[in-house]
Amino acid sequence: MQHRTVPERLGEAINLAVLILAALVMLFPFYYIVIVSFSSYQDYMESDLLLWPKHWVLDSYSFIFASKEFIRSIGVTVFITVVGALFSLIMTSSMGFALTRRAWGQSFFMFLVLFTFIFSAGLIPSYLIVKETGLIDTYWALIIPVAINPFNLIVMRQFFMGIPEELNESAVIDGANEMQIFLRIIIPLSKPALAAFGLFYAVVQWNTYFSAILYLNTPSKWTVQVILRQIVILNDATNTLASAARDAARSAHMPPPETIGMAAILLATVPILIVYPFLQKHFAKGVMLGSVKG
Amino acid sequence: MTAPIMPDATTAQASPQAAPRQPIRTGKPLSSRLWRERYIFLLLLPGLVYFLVYKYVPMLGNIIAFQDFSPFRGFLHSEWVGFRHFERIFEDAEVVRVIWNTLYLAFLQIVFSFPIPIVLSLMLNEVRQSRFKYFIQSVVYLPHFLSWVVIIGIITIFLKSEGLVNELLHLVFGMEPISFMQEPGWFMPLIVLEVIWKESGWGTVLFLAALAGVNPALYEAARVDGASRLRQIWHITLPAIRSTIVILLILQLGHVLDSGFEQIFLMLNPFTMDVGNVLDTFVYFKGIQQSDFSFGTAVGLFKGIVGLILILGANRLSKKIGEDGLF
Repeated sequence: MQHRTVPERLGEAINLAVLILAALVMLFPFYYIVIVSFSSYQDYMESDLLLWPKHWVLDSYSFIFASKEFIRSIGVTVFITVVGALFSLIMTSSMGFALTRRAWGQSFFMFLVLFTFIFSAGLIPSYLIVKETGLIDTYWALIIPVAINPFNLIVMRQFFMGIPEELNESAVIDGANEMQIFLRIIIPLSKPALAAFGLFYAVVQWNTYFSAILYLNTPSKWTVQVILRQIVILNDATNTLASAARDAARSAHMPPPETIGMAAILLATVPILIVYPFLQKHFAKGVMLGSVKG
Repeated sequence: MTAPIMPDATTAQASPQAAPRQPIRTGKPLSSRLWRERYIFLLLLPGLVYFLVYKYVPMLGNIIAFQDFSPFRGFLHSEWVGFRHFERIFEDAEVVRVIWNTLYLAFLQIVFSFPIPIVLSLMLNEVRQSRFKYFIQSVVYLPHFLSWVVIIGIITIFLKSEGLVNELLHLVFGMEPISFMQEPGWFMPLIVLEVIWKESGWGTVLFLAALAGVNPALYEAARVDGASRLRQIWHITLPAIRSTIVILLILQLGHVLDSGFEQIFLMLNPFTMDVGNVLDTFVYFKGIQQSDFSFGTAVGLFKGIVGLILILGANRLSKKIGEDGLF
């Protein structure tokens, strides 16, 4: 039975109130974005403090969807997200599993992986290597150089080591080789872990910004984050979404840059918000895949 | 930044014998052993090639820091200049300024950003109603998954001269609009605030996991002894996460020269370049945009080596004060 004193209950109440307040403050920017993106030109310009749209309009959204540039960037980003996440998953899980098996040079290979945590080659040599391997201005430049996240690799390996050894050993007795063990035992048993890592990789791919401007020279290949930056941070909706802007200019009906920016931000964020509950499931329970020391 | 968690053969496993054992010395020749293990190598090969080509070969590529590299002439035919670029690091006023910015930002991060996840996780740990706890955690983890473009985009719109923040300041305090994004004095505070908003929530994951492992009987025993909740936190909860705090602090110290490239790059503009340019962005501007490959590489190499020394030093320091190091 819990005996809580009055000061304790008060402390808990204050604690909870502060936390909820903090959570609401964190949510407010999203709320504001939704509100403004659905507001009409007049409402936005006239009101000092817009907290609820007087009229809900889709002007900004139809403007964005009318622009080929935005649609194309979404297509590009979906491609690198899906292909990139799958590629990363395959690379990470195969190497992760291989590192759990006793093999010649295992500790050396582990050292190779761990060393990359504490020293990295630097931006320019990495750029030059991407150039030398012929990936500049291709989508593969956004997929291959980031194929394996060493942290994910280690955690996935840890996870594989948690699978009971008896399963592997009985497969070995039945004459299976490691590849078959990997494909027929490990993978099916690891579906939740693979899904979680796949989503982690996918989110990173979706958010790709810098790699895109570093390695891609053709604007038509830009990802959605690059377009977003042009629109919102550089305030250049007119040039970035030129195809829609030209149409709008003809009918003298271009929505204000702020509402366009907000709508673009919302559209770029929606996929993350959609997968977020699935991500939440895996770590909200405090379950860190693999063991946490301490 | 999340801390890498080092695998340890003694950490709890679901079954015995799951940790890799010592290699068997059978006395058979190496070649037959390799043949027996060929499927392991097959699985290992793609990842290994990836690490070699995209992580290790670039390390060798740092050699151009000692050359006057030209892409046309390549590695083999560019002129060698020894340490000339490294001397320039200490002589060039711009580099000195950049190093100062980097260190200043690291200091601000350690003082302001680092403690927040700790405080937050302690507060979350005290929440009894799991519904609220779940809701708050969901909200607070979310910004970690958003891109910096989105976050800085939101900030840009909020902080515009006609934006919400300036409107409020005007309505409540009668102030004139402040150009937050162009004001050098606001650059670093904004960076730190953005990091707090984005990463504090996610930063609690490690601490909450550690706190979940604390034996409830300890709290009961303390209560029986008459300890208030605050004393319980001080004597039970905090010591439980002490190791985690120390390890993360070591990592922060080791990463003093890394500043979060994408965030800073997106925030920089001609007005704030002076106070905001850090080593990572400097390497990009000089090395890639201005094609000063060798100098940019020299600065990058300098940064990498100093970072390595810092991590090794911080690791040794933590062992000296009685905590486990990272390795």
